[in-house]
Amino acid sequence: MTAYLKLDHIDKSFARGGQVSEVLNDIRLTIDKGEFVSIIGHSGCGKSTLLNLIAGLTRVSAGAVLLEDKEVDSPGPERAVVFQNHSLLPWLTVYENINLAVSKVFGRTRSRAERHDWIMRNLDLVQMAHARDKRPAEISGGMKQRVGIARALAMEPKILLLDEPFGALDALTRAHLQDAVMDIHSRLGSTTIMITHDVDEAVLLSDRIVMLTNGPAATIGEVLAVPLARPRRRIELSSDRTFLRCREAVLKFLYERHRFVEAAE
Amino acid sequence: MSIQAIEDTKVKAFPTPAKPAEVIAFTAKVRRRFDPAAITGKLASTLVPPAVVIVVMLVIWQIACSSPNASLPPPSQVWNEAYDLIAHPFFDYGPQDIGLAWRVLISLQRVAIGFGLAAIVGVALGALVGQSIWAMRGLDPVFQILRTVPPLAWLPLSLAAFRDSSPSAIFVIFITSIWPVIINTAVGVRNIPEDYRNVARILRLNQLEFFVKIMVPAAAPYIFTGLRIGIGLSWLAIVAAEMLTGGVGIGFFIWDAWNSSRLPDIIVALAYIGVTGFCLDRLVAAVGAFVTRGTTAK
Repeated sequence: MTAYLKLDHIDKSFARGGQVSEVLNDIRLTIDKGEFVSIIGHSGCGKSTLLNLIAGLTRVSAGAVLLEDKEVDSPGPERAVVFQNHSLLPWLTVYENINLAVSKVFGRTRSRAERHDWIMRNLDLVQMAHARDKRPAEISGGMKQRVGIARALAMEPKILLLDEPFGALDALTRAHLQDAVMDIHSRLGSTTIMITHDVDEAVLLSDRIVMLTNGPAATIGEVLAVPLARPRRRIELSSDRTFLRCREAVLKFLYERHRFVEAAE
Repeated sequence: MSIQAIEDTKVKAFPTPAKPAEVIAFTAKVRRRFDPAAITGKLASTLVPPAVVIVVMLVIWQIACSSPNASLPPPSQVWNEAYDLIAHPFFDYGPQDIGLAWRVLISLQRVAIGFGLAAIVGVALGALVGQSIWAMRGLDPVFQILRTVPPLAWLPLSLAAFRDSSPSAIFVIFITSIWPVIINTAVGVRNIPEDYRNVARILRLNQLEFFVKIMVPAAAPYIFTGLRIGIGLSWLAIVAAEMLTGGVGIGFFIWDAWNSSRLPDIIVALAYIGVTGFCLDRLVAAVGAFVTRGTTAK
């Protein structure tokens, strides 16, 4: 079986004022269709850069991102991103925000009524249909992020990219949204890559956890498979042996072997 | 005081205790519709202080200009001699003898054309300068120099170019009011959050879609700041330009009145110009507030 998404020896460096700083070095990873993969690492190690490379928002310096054997060289709706700070357009209502995406992606292939149904279906999926006529400023942070997820899903992406999607939320809202994402993933089987710095979140949601070493020139230090059956329930898992073992493995990687040294520079 | 009013209405409208959240939502509506006391109070607090100031100023002016050898007419004389202009803004006694409101409207028409063009061209150029680093490097220094040229300095050149007074006046308005529109639009476009650009890139919006759907709404607060400054400047420029180009606008009326020593008429015309400028400013501000209500409320 060929890989759905393949990260083929990716290097990424930024040149600034004649000084070249290497951020990512020799990233090799294959992801299967329907898989949920988390990328975890200390802040500043290049997690978001890696996601931007997959999204096509930045170009690789060497190597290639291959989606279904086609090289990714520009951003597009088949690799939808849910941004950390939701990035909804504040002058549009919830419905219009999603409509912007849907009419751009499906404007030619679907009728107006079909597009409307599709928007409402995605709003239902994240339980936000009741707020369709609200503006982003009128809804809470968790709700905004739900709408952001709905907008990404409405593009019917081949890969859903989540860039620390719950980072700005409080713990309770975050748990709700994690459950919502798990639910959506089990229903749609969408291939998902999530950037996170939360160990519990990574273990709870992922099939595999990709751990990045510290930068500069970060690379994949370890890949951990999470052999937990789905559906997963956070309360049962909190005392589950496999869960705890996975959690410990990630913690050890992050805090023993690749301790983040603030004064590294 | 207004809080007290809300409490009262709430007690009257909802004698039984309701859920707190609903009560707040309802009282907001109730206050807006059925509370004349609060509205009168608010009106009084905005209207009374300026009225008092104006009365005091008129009294001082009256006293200062009452001596027989005063160079300027006191308000009482303005009222008596220019009563026609004050009381009948819309009279029409022939081509050069019309009410001040007509003259203001003729000037406003020129402003509308000149400022309208400046708004369209200014937003387009501003978007270009804000979007492209090379356009900015090339155009920004030129704009910064040209914008300091006083409006009337353009007039001889434009008279030479257009060979007619009316398009020259319109051009002066255009060239005066375009700079703040360009500069503010450029700043607004430069400040569009990177996230919005990323959303547009992921959706593969083309240049036109990006301009209409992201750039203009995102930069709207800045654009309207520029438009507001621009309309103020164009109103300043039209009066000065009309003094020199002639015609029937309000500016020429002042020049004409000066040449025939009708000082009270000039004073009345000044009041008209001031009030009109104030209304223009508020009009653009109100349109801006309406259009950007989504963008500014974060």
